[in-house]
Amino acid sequence: MGIAALNPSYGLDCLPMPIHSPWRADFPGILALAAEGQTYLDSAATAQKPQAMLDALLGYYAGGAANVHRAQHLPGERATRAFEATREKVARWLHAADAQQIIFTRSATEAFNLLAYGLEQQFQAGDEIVISALEHHANLLPWQQLALRRQLKLVVLPLDRDGLIDLTQAAQLIGPRTRLLAVSQLSNVLGCWQPVNQLLSLAQMQGALTVVDGSQGVVHGRHDLQALGCDFYIGSSHKLYGPDGVGLLYGRPEALQQLAPWQFGGEMLLHTDYHNASFRPAPLGFEAGTPPIASVIALGGSLDYLASLDSQAVGNHETALHAELMAGLQQRSGLRLLGVPTVALASFVVDGVHSADLAHLLTEQGIAVRAGHHCAMPLLQSLGVQGAIRVSLGLYNDTSDLQLFFSALDQALELLQ
Amino acid sequence: MTLPANAQIALEDFTACSGWEQRARLLMQWGERLAPLTDAECCEGNRVSGCESQVWLLAERNGEHWQFRASSDARLLRGLLALLLVRVNGLPKTALEQLDLPDWFSQLGLARQLSPSRSNGLQAVLLRMQQLLAEADQGLASH
Repeated sequence: MGIAALNPSYGLDCLPMPIHSPWRADFPGILALAAEGQTYLDSAATAQKPQAMLDALLGYYAGGAANVHRAQHLPGERATRAFEATREKVARWLHAADAQQIIFTRSATEAFNLLAYGLEQQFQAGDEIVISALEHHANLLPWQQLALRRQLKLVVLPLDRDGLIDLTQAAQLIGPRTRLLAVSQLSNVLGCWQPVNQLLSLAQMQGALTVVDGSQGVVHGRHDLQALGCDFYIGSSHKLYGPDGVGLLYGRPEALQQLAPWQFGGEMLLHTDYHNASFRPAPLGFEAGTPPIASVIALGGSLDYLASLDSQAVGNHETALHAELMAGLQQRSGLRLLGVPTVALASFVVDGVHSADLAHLLTEQGIAVRAGHHCAMPLLQSLGVQGAIRVSLGLYNDTSDLQLFFSALDQALELLQ
Repeated sequence: MTLPANAQIALEDFTACSGWEQRARLLMQWGERLAPLTDAECCEGNRVSGCESQVWLLAERNGEHWQFRASSDARLLRGLLALLLVRVNGLPKTALEQLDLPDWFSQLGLARQLSPSRSNGLQAVLLRMQQLLAEADQGLASH
């Protein structure tokens, strides 16, 4: 459809080449949605899944389910091996030194809560926790509530005009009372890489623990966590083309030792009697209860698939498609971008048009974008908008998706303006 | 049950409607007919929580009959509110309680506007309406 819409007589000088995704056919979900007339541009909320993941999920259940880290029978051993193989794959994906540094949680949000409860004993009244103004609620509320429980001060790093955490002010605000810094690598609203290296240095100079929210960042680039040097890094399986129900928590060995267990039960213990217990170290000591076994195994399928791709080609595709998105948005009059998006997504408002109205009419035309506050209410308030439309890209999106979006956007604006 | 006269008009308007553009235009026209609220009435106490758009809903009782007034800062939602009000206004409480509002919006071809998604405005308005009626009941019982 995308190619047919372009008139070849325009020639290459006038119209850019349409961008095709060579990986689109690997994602049954994007094809099914397209066949239904739905243009999916909401991958920052959750991504479509590759066939390899569906195969792994079905393969586990169809081949015989069993619990992990419990039984010595063959199905149990097989499930445990597959489950632990995913831990190895996650470690390789993040360039962690050891798979034992990866804890599986039920979501990225749960990983933040694990940290806020598991590190609680490290804080004393008056200590400071530093976050930034652009954090997702998942990297705000656990710290906000910890601060309230322990009489800590929550310090919020302001942004500069481009939507980047302001390093000059950060250097003032990160000080000797700072015990922990928790910042996003890539904002889910503003779509720009944050100066995480510099921020980590500022926090490390004060001896503070460091947490990086990689929920969006891990999807749009390969990161070397040993080089990054943060204490903790958090990601989400379902945004990384994996199943939902799995969050990823990476920790440096020294940092993991500071964590106290926070959920109890199942096989997370070494020994217990009725009155006392001793607990396993990470990762198993932080995986109480039966974990999401099938989802973890299926995430292994997604990671195998992703590892088989030419990462340079994926990066180039995402860059080119984002540039096309930005060029189209900048052509629309009255449209105002939030921040200066450089990767993965862009959020915008249109002067005189309520974003809920725009979302309504985009939905009517089968365009699946996100509208609202994007789980970052304080950020939108500080930008002076109540809601915004966010277009976000996955590696399966292509020019035809953007053409459908822009044509729907123009029609909607014609009705509303 | 016979429809109130304005609801009958709405039903004719919307069932004659073909395509999303016409439906959107019609919704906006209905929204413009919504009697405006005063600034004082657009207060936190009248605000419907759970909507990403701002919505205010007021209920007034006249004997056995109920009269609702509502507004929003979003135009299409104002249209949906107008369609809600023409269906419910002037009904006695017993009739209100029996009313199948999702069915009403289905008849108008607007069933999707009642999606169970958390951010949906109209669903929250219906819940708020039920709350206001329940509060009125409690108020009555305490007298």
